[in-house]
Amino acid sequence: MIRFVDVHKRFGDRVVLDGFSLDIPDGQTTVLLGASGAGKSVTLKHVVGLITPDAGYVEVDGHRVDTLEPAGLAALRRTIGYVFQFAALFDSMTIADNLRLGLVRQSLGEDEIAHRVQEALAHVGLSDAAERFPAELSGGMRKRAGIARAIALRPRYILWDEPTTGLDPVTAATMDRLMRRTAEELGVTSVVVTHDMRSAFTVGDRIAMLHHGTLRTVGTVAEIQATTDPVVRQFIEGLPE
Amino acid sequence: MTATSEPRAANSAEVRIADRGSPISVIGSTTRRIMRALGERDVWVPLLLPQMRKLGVDSIPIALFIATFTGIVLALLASYIFTGTVPVYFVGALVGKTIMMELGPVLTGMALAGRVGASIAAELGTMKVTEQVDALETLAYNPDSYLVVPRVLAATLMFPVITAFAIALGVIAGWITAINLLDLTTLEFTKGLRAFYEFKDVWFGLVKAASFGGAVALMGCLRGLRAGGGAEGVGRETTRAVVLGCEAILLLDAFWAVVLL
Repeated sequence: MIRFVDVHKRFGDRVVLDGFSLDIPDGQTTVLLGASGAGKSVTLKHVVGLITPDAGYVEVDGHRVDTLEPAGLAALRRTIGYVFQFAALFDSMTIADNLRLGLVRQSLGEDEIAHRVQEALAHVGLSDAAERFPAELSGGMRKRAGIARAIALRPRYILWDEPTTGLDPVTAATMDRLMRRTAEELGVTSVVVTHDMRSAFTVGDRIAMLHHGTLRTVGTVAEIQATTDPVVRQFIEGLPE
Repeated sequence: MTATSEPRAANSAEVRIADRGSPISVIGSTTRRIMRALGERDVWVPLLLPQMRKLGVDSIPIALFIATFTGIVLALLASYIFTGTVPVYFVGALVGKTIMMELGPVLTGMALAGRVGASIAAELGTMKVTEQVDALETLAYNPDSYLVVPRVLAATLMFPVITAFAIALGVIAGWITAINLLDLTTLEFTKGLRAFYEFKDVWFGLVKAASFGGAVALMGCLRGLRAGGGAEGVGRETTRAVVLGCEAILLLDAFWAVVLL
């Protein structure tokens, strides 16, 4: 289980998180909604210790992330797959080597690494792209390669940072289906950060909304769709300020 | 998993932002990070040889180009200064001594500050702004072990090698210039070269070169990992890495002169 407990974070004068609290239950996909610049990605980065809170804390499986020693943090990160907004593939490596890099760190044998690479690439439909470089792939393929890199680790959690941003509607729908299938087949706990409402309603079991640095609302998809909260309604319906 | 009671502030992109403190605190935190990263030998050892080839072997042509023309100019300059006042075989002494102790290491270092320092800063800066460094961390790698240590060690080991080639070619270029353009014989040139030669001249130059290599690569890594704000930020940090690399070379040059001479 992932818990955000009264997390505060500011960058200079800009307050990004101002007492954000949220529990992410195991085995479900929780979507974190919020306007651009609301601090969704910052929230996600707290989970893997890329950012430490100014106050409050984040717990993963009962461990406070910000107090872990480097070895403990590395062990925690091996249980979490992170899908970056623009894939963040290592552009000097082939797609297969991108996947291999994380697996090498898990001290797996060569056969097991090769098997996992093939399995993960097959899962995202990129078996033919193993020896290609990221620059040779389309945006959608790069995102799928980023997903393959995350699931090859066989993580307990997958954190998705804006998985459908910048994709055409058809590719975005394919990405939604892939996220849903990944959650169901692998039984992982997912946190999806997005401002794409269609995607949120498709992949989410629960939806939370981040607004002005705090949790505005959280509930099931049906509850969010039926909410009367004007801020949430405005966001869902895409109404101007 | 082990935990401390205090919030951790290490090994993340955030720490590098926090490093924007006083020079002393930056040196302290950087040293701590590098020392910890050195312990992860399974990460950086396999990357060392490729980096030595990339930063070292690929830099040899530019270093040799500079050394050749430095040797030629030094021989001509020495002849211009010494003619009529000092025996001309001193041309060999000046060329040898100057190239071995000063111009070989410093000019090579400066050239490589441009080539190696800029290349490291641009590469790591691009990785930083495209979240590749964050991705590395989420895959349980310490960026200092994976990115910084192999580059700094490779440059520390390869700069002396490149400098040794540069010194040799610089002296040869000076000799060829002397016998072809200055009416000196090989015997006279080598007489001057040997008259003031000490083994210390060579290792003094190579020790300096090693320290220049470490400093240039470290500046490249630190500035690159601070990059933010897209291409403009990468460009800014790359320029800064080259400037700081050159400044570090001059500071170290003075330091070694005070300590070793």
